[in-house]
Order: sequence, then structure tokens, then C-alpha cells
Amino acid sequence: MTFTRRRFIQATGAGAAALGMPTIAQSQTGPIRVGLMTVKTGPLASGGIDMERALVQYLKERDYTLAGRKVELFVGDSGGVPAQSRTKLQELVERDKIQIMIGPLDTASALASDDYIRSAQLLTLSVAAAEDMTQRKPNPWFTRGTSTSSQSAQPLADYCYKTLKYRRMVTIADDIAYGHEMCAGFQRVFEDAGGKIVQKLFSPLTVPDYGTYIAQLKTNVDGIFLGFAGSNGFRFFRQFNEYGLRGKFAVVGGMTAFDEAVLRNMGDEALGIVTSCWYSAEIENAINKRFAANFRVDWGYDPGFYAAATYVEAAVLEATLQALKGNIEDKQAFMKTVRAIKVDTARGPVSFDRYGNVVGSVYIRKVERKDARLVNSVIYTYPNVSQFWTYKPEEFLKNPVYSRDWPPAKNLES
Amino acid sequence: MKRAGWLVLAAALAGLPWVAGEYYINLASQIFIAAIFAASLNLLVGYGGLPSLGHASWLGLAAYISAWMSLKLGLGHWATAPVALLGTTLIACAFGWISLRATGLGFLMLTLALSQVLWGTAYRWVSVTDGDNGLRGLTRPAPFGINLDDAGSFYYFALTITAVAIWLMAVFVASPFGAALRGTRDQARRMSALGHDVWLIRWITFVYSGFWGAVSGLLFVYYNKYIHPASLSITASAEGLLAVIAGGSATLAGPIVGAAIVMILKNYVSAYIERWNMLLGFVFVIIVIFVPEGVVPGLQRLAGQAKKAWRSPR
Repeated sequence: MTFTRRRFIQATGAGAAALGMPTIAQSQTGPIRVGLMTVKTGPLASGGIDMERALVQYLKERDYTLAGRKVELFVGDSGGVPAQSRTKLQELVERDKIQIMIGPLDTASALASDDYIRSAQLLTLSVAAAEDMTQRKPNPWFTRGTSTSSQSAQPLADYCYKTLKYRRMVTIADDIAYGHEMCAGFQRVFEDAGGKIVQKLFSPLTVPDYGTYIAQLKTNVDGIFLGFAGSNGFRFFRQFNEYGLRGKFAVVGGMTAFDEAVLRNMGDEALGIVTSCWYSAEIENAINKRFAANFRVDWGYDPGFYAAATYVEAAVLEATLQALKGNIEDKQAFMKTVRAIKVDTARGPVSFDRYGNVVGSVYIRKVERKDARLVNSVIYTYPNVSQFWTYKPEEFLKNPVYSRDWPPAKNLES
Repeated sequence: MKRAGWLVLAAALAGLPWVAGEYYINLASQIFIAAIFAASLNLLVGYGGLPSLGHASWLGLAAYISAWMSLKLGLGHWATAPVALLGTTLIACAFGWISLRATGLGFLMLTLALSQVLWGTAYRWVSVTDGDNGLRGLTRPAPFGINLDDAGSFYYFALTITAVAIWLMAVFVASPFGAALRGTRDQARRMSALGHDVWLIRWITFVYSGFWGAVSGLLFVYYNKYIHPASLSITASAEGLLAVIAGGSATLAGPIVGAAIVMILKNYVSAYIERWNMLLGFVFVIIVIFVPEGVVPGLQRLAGQAKKAWRSPR
């Protein structure tokens, strides 16, 4: 049981602290201390709990041993509040003495922790998508095996224009850096191809009711792009249906809007919705088949974005440790190795660019019914997608970071 | 005897960074920040009898002003700190003028309403405050060339400012003005009949309290190098009020002890108990049952009773 194990580690930590030994001598033979920075309360909690479940599953499958060394896991809950995430991260580093962090979950927390990661020289395998941490202000201790905010949205925009033949679209997303960056990437590729984004809406992360936003939606469009995180995609879509808008125009989603973690609460109204992500529980490869099957046995639903995120990061960690023969103490060597590594994971083959961001496949998925449950079936694969999409990295980086205001929306209609 | 006690306390505080680990030093720095915050709120709640639920405004405003100036205008700390303090104090002047049209519950609601306005602004005025992302990429100042980035030096920085702040608040309370302030709390009409301008006394206290709230806000933003709308929320105000009441209002040491209790529960105990808020509730209930006047005066009373029982032979 994860519950008792976590309690045990917490109790061990408490014991160590009570004995007044703030610095535990770390020899090469001691356990590797891994910190998971996640969210277990608030609107992002459904994903955050999946992160912990999948990581624990990965470690359990290997009997808590990576590259011949024991692993201890410490979990921090930020509640989705960036300032709290910083405090919790300090706690993991300064009290629990973690050597590597997996996480945080959300972009705002990653941005808030950026300078702390630098000053503490904390090895980080990020789940969060904050663009600039691997772009204009690359953090030397930061590697991301998931994707930037827009890395999956850019191929989707391409797909919407070229294959689905949409020409006029609306975007709506959470009013946080993640939502801004995702919509900006979608907009840029869609408009560069020739389409028009005629309306952009951003709703607060914790908005209690989407009614006012749904009432504003333009209906003379081909489709709407949803850039929601956590359970917000589900909440928005339910109200969207209640307002009778289903079927009026197409719905497409970013990598977290129709995540498996929330898809299980939806009904037939979700059928046929197209989303893009670097993962789907339906990907055909041996690692993923085993992962998804085991996860389903343990928890009764499919792993999604958040579960796959920590499972992939753990695979990256293990491969790096194997290349280093378990030596995580040499931080420089670790960063050098991790960025040069090529590893097969649940999402498919993974490698990194020189900014520390992943290059991997992005899947276009469609919600279908299979074995009486809804799944994200892969209908098209964009192989080897980089964070820069098809743009040249140098030119891409000359532009400002994706935000609420960039690229400017020239085609808005009032 | 009393002097010896002070010396021991000073030595213990000064020596802490040599014995404690980095995590505990940082925890102590956070307690200092919360202590200034609670002590400044105590001027209103304890000595003025004016319960405020909007004290986080001053912390958040000062933090946001200094963060915004250094990020968007590129100014250094010597410019941002005074402007943040001055700006916050001026807004405290205005908010005090509005809030003090009422006392008691009315005052509480007005301070709450005004602080919610600030919270909402910080949350939704995205072009200035960056909304839910918060302002980041800030630095700590380096007074006299001392780098405050390591835990120990920031601890001494916070300790010095806290000592000065508490001392100046103690002077304020002990002065004739402080006596007049307590008079307005206990017998407002009589004070008025004696020729004191009750409204003005309260207003000055409100502004003074706002100023020290701003000081704690500056320390807060230096410590975290980050500011988020959550710092302006009602939860932040309520935490301060809880610290004052738990520690003992209208005493100097009370809010400091109360702040320490809240911070330790929030940051230390929360690592072992996920629902630390519940524990905070329990602790508060226990305090109210056994020492309803607050931990500090309550323990003094209990100690006094024990002494009496010891001295009087039966």
C-alpha cells in the first residue's frame, strides 16, 4: 500500500529530524533520495495524485532499486499554490535532503521555484510545462521529459488546419502561464497556416462557474480549442453541454483537457473529440502496455498525462543512473548524461535537445468507446516533435516567450 | 533577574544559526516575518479594540509594490523599499479613513471588503500583477554589501528588523499616546468627554499598524523572492488574527508566540499531517478552553496561581 509506505518514510524523516541530524552523511552506497513535488489538494489534485501513483508503481516494479541503489521517495503537496510549492520544495531539499526532484506539476510552481532550483543546484526532472525554463532562460539543472506547454498544441493546430480543414476557431484556457503558453502556440501555428483565431478567452483556474464564459462564446466558428488543466476540462465541458452547444461546432483539446483521469467521468457526449498529447494509454508499445495494464489493475482507470509524466521521468532517471553506475552525487555529470540519453519509455523513444527539453512523438487522439470505457485512441502520430515545432530554434528564441499577449491576436472579432 | 532573562534570549537567538540546520534557520526567519505581521495587527486588535480582517493588505501591497518596481521599472532595493513602505502607508491612510467610519463588526467588514478589493485586483489585473502566476525573478537586497542569499545572513537581517520593529511598537504602546489608545478601547465616550479626539487616535494607530504590516511584507517578499495573490487573501489575514488571539492580544509577547505557533503548525507539522488546518483548529480550541486570554497571559496567570499555592501553607 502506498499509504503505509509513505507514512513510514515520513515517520523515518521525523525520526531523523527529532534526533537532530539535519545532515545525513551521503555516501555512494546510501539510498538515492528522490523528491516528488506534486499537488494533492485543489483543482489540480486529480492529476497530482496520479503522478504519485504512477511513480510509486514504477519504483515498486523495481523493488525501490534503480541502477543497484535503493531509492527513498519523499512527497510534497503544494496545493497548487506557487508560493506554497516553494516552501514545500525548500522543505524537501533542506530537511529531507532530496538529491533529485521529479515535478512540480504546474507551470506557475516551476516558474516560482526557478531561482531556488538554480541556487540549490537541484537536479530536476520536470512535469510542468513552463516554456522559458528550456528556452530563453534555460535552467542548467532542469530537464523535461514531458513537453513544453505548446509542444503538443502546435501539432494539433497543424492537424486542425490541414486535416480537419478548420479555418475559424475560438480558444479558451485557464488564466495561468500554462494556459497562456498553450493557446499562444496553438494560435501561432494555426494562423501561420492561414487560419483565424477569432476569440481568446481565459478563465481563472478556480472559477466556480463557466456560465459567463460560455455565454460569450462565438458560435459562427468551426471549432473551439480547450486549454484546460486538471479537472477543469471536465467541468467546462459539462457546462458546455448543459448550454446545448455540443454539436454546434467541433471541440478539440490540449494535452490535459480530456485526460484519462477525467475522461472516466464523462459520457457519450465526449465521443469523437480530438485532442493531442505526447501520451495516450492506447499507445502500442511493450512498456506502455504493461504500465497501462498494471495501473488499471491497481486503480481501476487508465493512466493519463500526469501518471505517464512521472512514469516517463522515472525511466529517464533510471537510464541516466545506469549510465552513471548509480552515481547521482556528481551533479555536473548527471546533467551532461541525462541530456545526451536516448531511452525507450511508455510514451515511445525519448531524447533531449540542447536546452534540456524532450524531443518525442506527439499523438493526435480521438475519444472512442472501447471495452465499455472511454479511451483516447491514437489516430495520427507526429514523430520527433521538438518544442520549436518546425520553426528554427534561433528564430523561435528571438521572439518573446508565448504569453497572453504574444503572438498578438490580429483576427479577434468583437 | 529580568535582565538575565533578556540576555539568555538574545544569546539563544543570536546563536541559533550555529546549532540548527538550514531548514530550521529558514523556519525561524519565517516566524520573525509572521511575528512582525501579528504584532502590528495586535496594535489594532489588542490595544485599539478594533478587530481587522484585512491586515494582509499591507503585507501584500508592500510586497507587490516593491516587486513590481524592481521587475517592471528595473529599480534597485534602495529605491523600491522606501517607495513600497510610503505607498502602502498612504493607502493605509485612505483605507483607515474609510474603515474607521465604523467600529466593531462594521469595522471588521469594511477592512475585509477593502482587502478583498486588493486581492481581486492582484488576481485579475494580469498585465500588472501577472495574476495567478505571481511576480517572480526577484532578488534579496544586499545591505552594506552583505549577501542575504544564504539562510544564516537572512536570519540575522530578519532578526535585526524584527527587534527594531517590536521595540518601536513597544515604545508606541508605552507612550502617553498608547495609554490614550487603550482609553479609547475601554471607554471611548469618556475619552471623548475628556477632550481626546478618539477618531484621530484610532486613525493614527491604523496607519502605524499598516506601516509595520508593510515592513513585514517587504521581509516576506525578500524571503520568498516571489509574491502571489494568495498573500492578499482573507486566509492570510485570518492567520494573522488567529496568531494574535492565540498568543494573547494586548500583550507584546503574545502575537510573537502566536505567530510561532501558527508557522510551526503550518510549515513543520504539515509535513507529517496533511490536514494541518484541522490540527490548528484543535490547538485553538484547546487554547480557548484552558487559557482563553491567550497563551502568554494565560501561562502567566497559571504560573501566578501555582506560586500562590506554593507559598500559602495549608
